[in-house]
Amino acid sequence: MKTIREINEKIKKGEAVVVTAEELIELKKTSNSKKLVEEIDVVTTGTFGPMCSSGLFINFGHSKERIKMGGGKVYLNGVSAYSGLAAVDVYIGATALPDDDPRNSKYPGEFKYGGGHVIEDLVSGKEVELIAYAYGTDCYPKKYLKTRITLSDVNEAILFNPRNCYQNYNVAVNLSNKTIYTYMGVLKPNLGNANYCSAGQLSPLLKDPYLKTIGFGTKIFLGGGIGYVCWWGTQYNPSVKRKENGIPMVGGATLALIGDLKQMKNEFLKGASLTGYGTSLIVGVGIPIPILNEEILNWVSIPDEEIFAPVVDYSYDYPNSTGKILEYVNYAQLKSGNIKLMGKNVPTGSLSSYKKAKEIAEILKNWIKNGDFLLTEPIFYFPGPESGYKFKPMKEV
Amino acid sequence: MEKKFVMHFPPILVDKPMISTVVKKYDLEFNILKAFVSPEEEGTLVIAFSGEEKNVFSAVEELKSKGVKIQLIESDIKMVKEKCTDCSVCIGFCPTGALYIDRKTFEVKFDPEKCIACELCIKGCPTNAMISTI
Repeated sequence: MKTIREINEKIKKGEAVVVTAEELIELKKTSNSKKLVEEIDVVTTGTFGPMCSSGLFINFGHSKERIKMGGGKVYLNGVSAYSGLAAVDVYIGATALPDDDPRNSKYPGEFKYGGGHVIEDLVSGKEVELIAYAYGTDCYPKKYLKTRITLSDVNEAILFNPRNCYQNYNVAVNLSNKTIYTYMGVLKPNLGNANYCSAGQLSPLLKDPYLKTIGFGTKIFLGGGIGYVCWWGTQYNPSVKRKENGIPMVGGATLALIGDLKQMKNEFLKGASLTGYGTSLIVGVGIPIPILNEEILNWVSIPDEEIFAPVVDYSYDYPNSTGKILEYVNYAQLKSGNIKLMGKNVPTGSLSSYKKAKEIAEILKNWIKNGDFLLTEPIFYFPGPESGYKFKPMKEV
Repeated sequence: MEKKFVMHFPPILVDKPMISTVVKKYDLEFNILKAFVSPEEEGTLVIAFSGEEKNVFSAVEELKSKGVKIQLIESDIKMVKEKCTDCSVCIGFCPTGALYIDRKTFEVKFDPEKCIACELCIKGCPTNAMISTI
């Protein structure tokens, strides 16, 4: 048994032993858990994939003649931002689009520029055009404003993502006889390809399946800088079906994340255009897992071969929420480039970059090793399977 | 040798048997990878010629002299490496394996020799890293 406090003392002295989850899996092949628990203090994880429930709060500061954007309309590079807040606070979401984007009227729509791209432009230090329409009040008389801003000009730029880091995810296929364009990418007809979206054995929440070390206040790598876990994520579901090893066999847990955009990097925050679907933001996240006991070590060392994902048809079953799962495949099979499905060899592709996930786990490892990043004890832990907390469908009347 | 080309036929040439003439004359084998005529009646053809090197290029020169615009396919679809995040979503739907991943480094790579310019990758790349230079 170790405590986070003890591990932090070692980090401060530059004595902590830190490895990535991938490295731990290799070590496990030649060493036993008891020995590894003694030796290893922290294991780092990483993931880099499109996460649509992401966005940015901005405070622009006040114009000389004041304007109240709240209740009006605000655009950043033509993309609409939510302004139902105080005078110069807005929130721009990853999937927001310009009013004049043709969307899917010319199917499949291209969605070349949206909220995710605005966030990427800002974090890249580029100038972004701000246009605001207001109704004018006695204290905020200005009704129209057009200017150019950069990240360093604004007061706060807070990345706040209500749902990131899905614990596990569907493998999308298409059983119909025409190509479909989904948030899981282009899916060719008749099982033409299978797309998955997880880093598997490097993915943060697959390494701590019951969130025994991750909770409110956990300090993390977010978009190339420092961020924090600030709630459980929307659609959080600890009550899903699990393998004997504890790993959820479907979606499962999620996290809400927050961090200051001003210290993030564009290599780890990218706008995404999903043809026929819309825009998104590709987010890089890395979470350190303290090796407090043998149980945690065993979870963290579960390899791709023992992590299973559900294969779902996106031509009918997903759009109609039938809940049907065609098969389960493991991440080693998915990463081999080919899976066998319904008697057919199906090529696989991933929306989540494993190369970037490795890079993130490596960066976080070095931060901790160098004493630049201390671990946090969560302020409280999130509901577990015993709580009965579930993800419900919508009530429609 | 085999070379792939994108050919654009102006409306006045669309109804002429251009390809069959050069194929016979220069003893070439051909494989049509994609063909369509636009509403403006301009024809686009993606074709592979195989045969002796000098014959392939003589055929291309002859077609050019008759007004067909021709590009070697390597210069057609390009990967903008700075935009690629190595996610690999493209490799599942690329029909020829022109887009592939190095399973050791997990880096996504593009082999223009294998590309047939179907352009699925242009639609399917989330970061717009694949571009057509036509």
